[in-house]
Amino acid sequence: MQPANEKTFAMTINGRRLTANDGESVLTVAKRAGIDIPTLCHHPAIEDFGSCRLCLVEVTKPEWKGWQGLMTACLYPAAKDLIVETQSERVRHVRRNVLDLLLARCPESQVIQQLASDYGVTRSSFTPRADADLCILCGLCVRVCESAVTAAIATLNRGRRREVGPPFGDVPPDCVGCTACAHVCPTGHIIFTEDKGVRTIWNKKFELLRCQKCHEPLLTVEQRDHLLKTRDLDVSYYELCPGCKRQRTAETFADVVLKTHPHFVPKQMGGSSGIPTVPFVQHKEVRP
Amino acid sequence: MEALRYQDVKALATHAAQLAASPEATQRRLLVCCGTGCLAGGAAAVAEALEQQLAKLDKKQRVQLNLVCKKTGCHGFCEKGPLVVLMPEAIFYKGVKPKDCEAIVHQTVIGGEVIDKLLYVDPATDKAVVKYGDIEFYKQQQRVVMRNIGLIDPAKIDDYILRGGYRSLAKALSSMTPDHVLSEVEKAKLRGRGGAGFDAGRKWRSCKKAAGDVRYIICNGDEGDPGAFMDRSVMEGDPHGVIEGMIIGAYALECHHGYIYVRQEYPLAVKHLQQAIDDARGRGLLGHDILGSGFDFDIEIARGGGAFVCGESSALMRSVEGKVGEPRAKYVHATDKGLWDKPTVLNNVETWVNVVRIIEHGADWFTTMGTAGSKGTKAFALVGKVKNTGLVEVEMGTTLRQIIFGPGGGMLSSGERGGFKAVQTGGPSGGCLPDSLLDLPVDFDTLTKAGSMMGSGGMIVMDHSTCMVDVARYFLSFLTDESCGKCVPCREGLWQMYQIVSRICEGNGDLKDLDQIEDLSQAIINGSLCALGKSGPFPVQSTIRYFRHEYEAHIKEQRCPAGVCKALITYSIDKEICNGCGACLSACATSAILGERKKGDTFEINEVKCDRCGACAAVCKFDAVKVA
Repeated sequence: MQPANEKTFAMTINGRRLTANDGESVLTVAKRAGIDIPTLCHHPAIEDFGSCRLCLVEVTKPEWKGWQGLMTACLYPAAKDLIVETQSERVRHVRRNVLDLLLARCPESQVIQQLASDYGVTRSSFTPRADADLCILCGLCVRVCESAVTAAIATLNRGRRREVGPPFGDVPPDCVGCTACAHVCPTGHIIFTEDKGVRTIWNKKFELLRCQKCHEPLLTVEQRDHLLKTRDLDVSYYELCPGCKRQRTAETFADVVLKTHPHFVPKQMGGSSGIPTVPFVQHKEVRP
Repeated sequence: MEALRYQDVKALATHAAQLAASPEATQRRLLVCCGTGCLAGGAAAVAEALEQQLAKLDKKQRVQLNLVCKKTGCHGFCEKGPLVVLMPEAIFYKGVKPKDCEAIVHQTVIGGEVIDKLLYVDPATDKAVVKYGDIEFYKQQQRVVMRNIGLIDPAKIDDYILRGGYRSLAKALSSMTPDHVLSEVEKAKLRGRGGAGFDAGRKWRSCKKAAGDVRYIICNGDEGDPGAFMDRSVMEGDPHGVIEGMIIGAYALECHHGYIYVRQEYPLAVKHLQQAIDDARGRGLLGHDILGSGFDFDIEIARGGGAFVCGESSALMRSVEGKVGEPRAKYVHATDKGLWDKPTVLNNVETWVNVVRIIEHGADWFTTMGTAGSKGTKAFALVGKVKNTGLVEVEMGTTLRQIIFGPGGGMLSSGERGGFKAVQTGGPSGGCLPDSLLDLPVDFDTLTKAGSMMGSGGMIVMDHSTCMVDVARYFLSFLTDESCGKCVPCREGLWQMYQIVSRICEGNGDLKDLDQIEDLSQAIINGSLCALGKSGPFPVQSTIRYFRHEYEAHIKEQRCPAGVCKALITYSIDKEICNGCGACLSACATSAILGERKKGDTFEINEVKCDRCGACAAVCKFDAVKVA
């Protein structure tokens, strides 16, 4: 494909000539072309951070006179005539060591075990961490909370004492119980439970509001109040779950259709309106 | 009196001339070093005692003496402090105590006599040296950056102006265009003194080319290397030098706002800098319409919270912004997107002061000093097992030997456990160099090639009582504490490396560990996000490269040749030498010394109780305590 304008240009990944747009990262270009680059701290909805170092790729340009640098694909901006190698020996060496180190940090993590075995590491060659948990400190939870919610959690301390948690390890005063942190966690370290209309996360309990129609748990009181403050929407917006909302829209639509076309017979419709409902909170994802 | 404010360059020159012609300019001066080192040694009490003694004199006598007592910044010879120097006679007294002050005033100041017991004795010749400039420690230095330190009261702007201060700024504003200033810095080939040695002129040029009309400059005063205190001394002792350099830089870059980032642990530097900023602002040297040139620039102090990683430029900028000080990837340079995403130039304290000298004397003068790739001078904090520890400024290209055996005065002790073994340069990111490299000329490139680095100028000299494996372990423990923990190779990798080296120190190492260290080092260097991680393995790599036999002794023979690693050594008392004085008995904290304090009796050490702290060996005056 020919570059359409100045904002679009050609670059090379693993010998393949690809089109990229100004402002895109190398990772975005590679993903679009179906080229696999492993990541742990990347999420398409969150600004990149470059902490897991798994997406390191070897980068060069014709004018760099043979110099090749190791760069994180998630942060490195795509550029005209950039030449990228995603599987060179140097790249694989760093990834293997990073996964070896992460396996020592989180020996029980299935995600890490799987990735490590892809790079030939089945047992860590380093000393495993005493009382290990599943947190790899990718920082996704902190970043999602900071950018989209209330910055209720943060990374605490530094170096090997670094950890993720609420201020002073207390119950987080600003947490609204939205569970975004748990949903972006790549290793399943952050867990929450729901029981009898009460959600528990970060040792904080939240009463769940229910959909006024189907009575399925919908969102926490604190989450609704936070959204009321930060989004320009009426309180009634949070009364129905998305499924019931869609159903209501469909019913209104059907009323209009039947009024104007009284002989219209809808085909294969289920339920009252025929639209299948999708619960807003995917309860299946609740981790033990 | 109406506050003095210079309306233009001429007003500054007139005032400088007035100061030079004033009686104060020719006054005798009693300079008391009040740098952090001397203050810790009691310099404040010495200065007070001197003032008291002077106050006791009758008025006529005081007028006749025409003497002023000044509290100055660090003279650099911290080991011998508190220091007192009488100018213009240049009589140098070391280790001064308040009780000596009466004698100083009456015998030296009034009587013109030299007090022998306060003189510095040259360890090489065993002769007392009277004059400041005759002391080898000072004689062999070339003080360009530290030109004013120790000679002026850092809290007095007039002292600085009397030494030619703000003359460079006046020159830049009155006779040079911003671009002219920038070209001069480029021509001087000034390299950043903070560690990496990046070309300052090139950095300034790319910042100036960057889009947007808001730019920032920053002075990095977050000196965190263990044992390094060059920047602290400059900020404490000559704060106006830093400020003048920044104003000139801002003028060249057409920037209007600057920050000085100082670590919280340097309260005196913060105090002096703040005073200097306020005074400079009052005089019209900072703020709106500087010296009537129409150029505006102001400086704010940002205080660090004590994280070593905040010395890294991107982490420092985040910290100034009020965020957690963590480095970010620098694929877009700070000169394009730095502080608050605006083009930013960050330079180290020493670099900014060099700018003042370059503008004053010209790039041609500056490039006469130094080597092909590194021009000018460099200040080092020379510490460790040398006779003279302190601040040393020498020309680039001076060899390690010349520094250590010149101003450094050579090794503290000789013999089996004394004598030169290694010198560590560049702080925790640097490396340890052996005696075979003593004749290496010190500049940015030679040190990097030898597996170490210039860093900000820390220089730790070690003798044979230092275990190189233990040194590597120390730096790893420092770095695992100070790593921000953001990226995996640095946080997890350095920690695992610390575990491996600790294992070797405990005698549980394996030769395969050395291969694993090398493999892991490569991954950390290639994979880490910032320079802390990327250079973190250097102390380990350089000690393996130059002192592999010591690692092998720990691994193969379970022996620590330097007698340091506790798990591998035992203390014993040589009965032939021990005279039963019992000094060790009192020193031992674990009651491991067996025997009674009796004439003719000797002592023994209970190996089980002994925790190998070495206190007994340290107190034994007869060297009867042996380490094996």
